[in-house]
Amino acid sequence: MAEFKEISPNAPAGEKLLNWVDNRFPLSKLYKEHMSEYYAPKNFNFWYIFGSLSLLVLVIQIVTGIFLVMHYKPDAAVAFASVEYIMRDVPWGWLIRYMHSTGASAFFIVVYLHMFRGLIYGSYRKPRELVWIFGCAIFLCLMAEAFMGYLLPWGQMSYWGAQVIVNLFSAIPFIGPDLALLIRGDFVVGDATLNRFFSFHVIAVPLVLLGLVVAHIIALHEVGSNNPDGVEIKGPNAPKDAQGHPLDGIPFHPYYSVHDIMGVSVFLMAFTAIVFFAPEFGGYFLEYNNFIPADPLTTPLHIAPVWYFTPFYSMLRAITSEMMYALIACVVIGAVLAVAKGKLPQLLKGAVIGAAVVISALMLAIDAKFWGVVVMGGAVVILFFLPWLDNSPVKSIRYRPDWHKYLYAVFVINFLILGYLGVQPPSPIGERVSQVGSLFYFGFFLLMPWWSKLGTPKQVPDRVTFTPH
Amino acid sequence: MKNLKKLALGFVMALGLMAGAQASGGGAIAWDKAPIKTNDLASLQNGAKLFVNYCLNCHSAAFMRYNRLKDIGLTEQQIKDNLLFATTKVGDTMKSAIDPLQAKEWFGKNPPDLTLMTRSRSGHGGTGADYLYTYLRSYHRDATKPTGWNNMAFPNVGMPNVLWELQGEREPVFEEKEEHGHTVQIFKGWKQTKPGTMTPLQYDQAVGDLVNYMQWMAEPAQNTRVRIGVWVLIFLSFFTFIAWRLNAAYWKDIK
Repeated sequence: MAEFKEISPNAPAGEKLLNWVDNRFPLSKLYKEHMSEYYAPKNFNFWYIFGSLSLLVLVIQIVTGIFLVMHYKPDAAVAFASVEYIMRDVPWGWLIRYMHSTGASAFFIVVYLHMFRGLIYGSYRKPRELVWIFGCAIFLCLMAEAFMGYLLPWGQMSYWGAQVIVNLFSAIPFIGPDLALLIRGDFVVGDATLNRFFSFHVIAVPLVLLGLVVAHIIALHEVGSNNPDGVEIKGPNAPKDAQGHPLDGIPFHPYYSVHDIMGVSVFLMAFTAIVFFAPEFGGYFLEYNNFIPADPLTTPLHIAPVWYFTPFYSMLRAITSEMMYALIACVVIGAVLAVAKGKLPQLLKGAVIGAAVVISALMLAIDAKFWGVVVMGGAVVILFFLPWLDNSPVKSIRYRPDWHKYLYAVFVINFLILGYLGVQPPSPIGERVSQVGSLFYFGFFLLMPWWSKLGTPKQVPDRVTFTPH
Repeated sequence: MKNLKKLALGFVMALGLMAGAQASGGGAIAWDKAPIKTNDLASLQNGAKLFVNYCLNCHSAAFMRYNRLKDIGLTEQQIKDNLLFATTKVGDTMKSAIDPLQAKEWFGKNPPDLTLMTRSRSGHGGTGADYLYTYLRSYHRDATKPTGWNNMAFPNVGMPNVLWELQGEREPVFEEKEEHGHTVQIFKGWKQTKPGTMTPLQYDQAVGDLVNYMQWMAEPAQNTRVRIGVWVLIFLSFFTFIAWRLNAAYWKDIK
């Protein structure tokens, strides 16, 4: 326990109150640790705004969500009507609803950009592995949250989207059908599904999400922020001033709080422009079909998930029975290379061959639909392992060999193409492109231990690069 | 860093490209542009009248309350006197009196709710309003159909042309063309075969008003939304300016 601190009885009332609190709760200490004396590198650029913005959107979603729940009815018979009631009869209900629906898409935009920042500047590298892992878990929660929230308006896309995705679980061997039944609570998506998704969407997942966000920030403030140069500003060899503060660091408050206020206001301009002038965003944020009440007897011609899921949905659709042969070939080639080139003990080589044979056999034995689910899940899960896949001697893209930059550019373009194909109806050409795209996506990560070591990195400076502005 | 900026720009452009396309059911003929002006009160009122007189017999607008029509300049008394059925109250929603079982027997399908029709029918060909504007002007006689009517924008539609008294009867004109060795019929326009009580121009205007009303009804807050949005953006521009200067004032010390 900290020492009990007495202050002069003549001190101002505010100071006395703060002292009273500080003797019972580490208020000033927390404020200093996380705001006024949290030293962040001074060379943050544009890409560093998306963390704060994610937090802002999280708050928007929670606050608007609270008000929506006051009027929304999680009952298959009246859910759709209750949303229209919010849109028409609840004062300012339309604003709250549009903020929430736009917020969902905005969340994914800022989170994808936030993740991209981490990817290019190596923010997941030692000692920030846990920051990254908490972040990936947040992304996973966010996907669950968005998926379940999308069922609630009970429109055609809500209904059939949920039907398609839940049915995917039934592709899992042995437990699949029962698992899908457990998720739906019924043999088709219905009232039971709506009720449990509502419960998960408003209570269970947000609780986990909030916990993870706190863990993400605590872990970040423990190790300190990375920066575009990937130079450690707080390490034992980093230059410090007389008080021991890093020379290249500045207190988060006020420097980055004023920075973030500026970023927030620019973001809000884009956000409110969509909310007020284009809340449907051309059918991408609110799908047109979702203005038709859910009808279990009429399947829409084309069922597409909302845009933020489409890169992963593309990878799911890419796994056809034909594609399985390509995947088996990848497994075999991978095993052969590991045995021939890898410096592994004899026993491990045997294990690799054995595993490859078993996996290939399973790939032939189990339906491609299941492997599609595995690939879709794997596309997210693989992100967790990024800290141990990257073997580059430097963190930041700035000091990587130039061709690395092009590789990252291709990765981003590939991800966008997969996303584009995911909103399109299936086509033979689209299928081929998404198959190549899926292989590239996984190749990028799985071969990273090898390619990230290649090439000559540039000289990393001792101090961060910063031009006063 | 330059590369990253290019990358970001590419990302934004790709998003923009994607925003152009969204899959939805297409029609048999290209959609005309609907004359939408959701702040034209005279047009909205005329549309509301047409809607109540012609559409509401079979279709409902179950999320739309009659007294919301005050937003388009009608008084409660006007709504009560001109638009309400005998037993409905002004705070009720627009429910059709049709019996769903009979409707299904007559048309093969229950007439869908129309509250959100303009929003749900948007797609590749244009907005939902464009679709409805085209659809309501594309009926023609077809003796092979139970109702005696067919539609160029919605082939084999179950609904007859309820506006036929206003429009009269028209025939589609086709032009035959050789394409890849086949003879294909290309829709060229319409020929009036029986006059209606309205001239074609008047009819187009009436349908325009009706669709305009339906566009407004799908989201009665839409005019308010845009009006407030302008003020919000003006405020945020000022706020952004102040935030930018505040940021600069603090950061000038950082060397």
